[in-house]
Amino acid sequence: MTLLVLDWLLIIEKLVLIAIIVFASLGIALYTTFAERKVAAILQDRPGPERAGPFGLFQPFADGLKLIMKEEITPNSSNKTLFILGPGLAMTAALMTCAVIPWGASVQLFGRTIDLQIADVNIGILYIFGVVSLGVYGIMIGGWASNNKFSLMAALRGASQAISYELAMGIALIALLMTTGSLSLKTIVEQQMAPGHLWNIAYQPIGFLLFFICAMAECNRTPFDLPEAENELNFGYHQEYSSMKLGFYLFSEYVNMIMSSAVMASLYFGGYDIPFFNEALLPQNIAALVGVGALLIKIVIFIFIFMWIRWTIPRFRYDQLMNLGWKSLIPIALVNMLITGAWILAKL
Amino acid sequence: MEALTSRSAQVSRKPMSLAERLFLPAIFKGMGITFSHIFKKQPTIRYPEQRREFSPVFRGLHVLNRDEEGRERCTACGLCAVACPAEAITMEAAERLPGEEHLYREEKYAAVYEINMLRCIFCGLCEEACPKDAIYLSETFAPANYTRKGFIYGKDDMVIPNVKTDPEGFAKAKGSPRNN
Repeated sequence: MTLLVLDWLLIIEKLVLIAIIVFASLGIALYTTFAERKVAAILQDRPGPERAGPFGLFQPFADGLKLIMKEEITPNSSNKTLFILGPGLAMTAALMTCAVIPWGASVQLFGRTIDLQIADVNIGILYIFGVVSLGVYGIMIGGWASNNKFSLMAALRGASQAISYELAMGIALIALLMTTGSLSLKTIVEQQMAPGHLWNIAYQPIGFLLFFICAMAECNRTPFDLPEAENELNFGYHQEYSSMKLGFYLFSEYVNMIMSSAVMASLYFGGYDIPFFNEALLPQNIAALVGVGALLIKIVIFIFIFMWIRWTIPRFRYDQLMNLGWKSLIPIALVNMLITGAWILAKL
Repeated sequence: MEALTSRSAQVSRKPMSLAERLFLPAIFKGMGITFSHIFKKQPTIRYPEQRREFSPVFRGLHVLNRDEEGRERCTACGLCAVACPAEAITMEAAERLPGEEHLYREEKYAAVYEINMLRCIFCGLCEEACPKDAIYLSETFAPANYTRKGFIYGKDDMVIPNVKTDPEGFAKAKGSPRNN
């Protein structure tokens, strides 16, 4: 008896995939917080957290437990609904990006071919852009609902920063899309895997640099962490937050970092492609798993670079931030786009 | 105008070159510096397990000494209390009774001997004032405490354990890190 003519197995398959990817990203984010502290410590000649468990490996759980045990404070004058919505939205927007990222090639399981991608949307990059733009609502709503001048100022900064840098990011990406001719992330990755085709970083080095800088700005990482500038805005938009609501905000930053690393790896560094190696030589399932590993390694390298930069350079001043975004990055991105167009024309 | 210090430098107001305006060379240089710190030796001393060695002249917690036969040397003369600039030392004297010769060296001894470690400035003047070599500053320091009362150290805290019967306690009270 069939109630609905639906491929129920497909739905189950996707649900399992969603669960795995969401929990894996959360788990990685958990340990990214640990890695951040450890990297910061090592770059500053300190040992870092090392007391909780072997090498301090249980530290993220101790941190999480601490956050959960904290008193949950909602300011009297805040907008209660929005106050709760803010961190939830930030987290949701951060996690939603993972839907279109191709985590690996397809595997054969129980006689089915399973794509290691939740949804191969043919406008994957546009989807990512839409979701990333939503992320700013988390900051905006959180800062507004707190009813605190520092939070509001930080939220305004965050919103203007995100909007300014999205422009340069978009234009840098257009140059890439002109060379790939596709908006689907899966297609872009497969193009880079094709023999005789280099990774996109070789064709778009300036585009990648721009994209990387803008990704850092979108994730609110130092040197673009103006929305949470500790020393001028008292922790910015999450000043009034406590307990797990604060945890969600802090955590969504790390999830964002992982997702933007994954996007950068997919767009410019061949995604799940293993460098100097032909995946077709391996059995399909093993090749797919090794590919997932390759993507994870690329993500880890990107996260390390994010942290490395954070603990090297100080924060931009607000006018410097706007100067850099509008007067440097956007013109460079436009010139880059023109050069790419000329190059494509010359190749024809 | 003549400079008031030899360390002043003229502020450079020349416009930034293209490389400087790009920031990137400077950022890469900075990243190189931070990366080199990964391989540097950490100066961290992991405190409860590792301790920093004190210098041999370190003035720490007081100990009340015993003589070779394990008898307390202090005769409660009060010179340390007089010498103490912080007025941290108080004591009450008592007379040695027959049969207590193995406990106290002289006929008079300190029945109560208290030092307020919150007042003490660890100057070591008590050590210099003592005619009987009875008080010394060891190479340990006062551990944290929950109450102010806990910082008033009495005789049980300060009289050094007998070297012969309790060598371990003796070394601990002496607090030389070379022995720990």
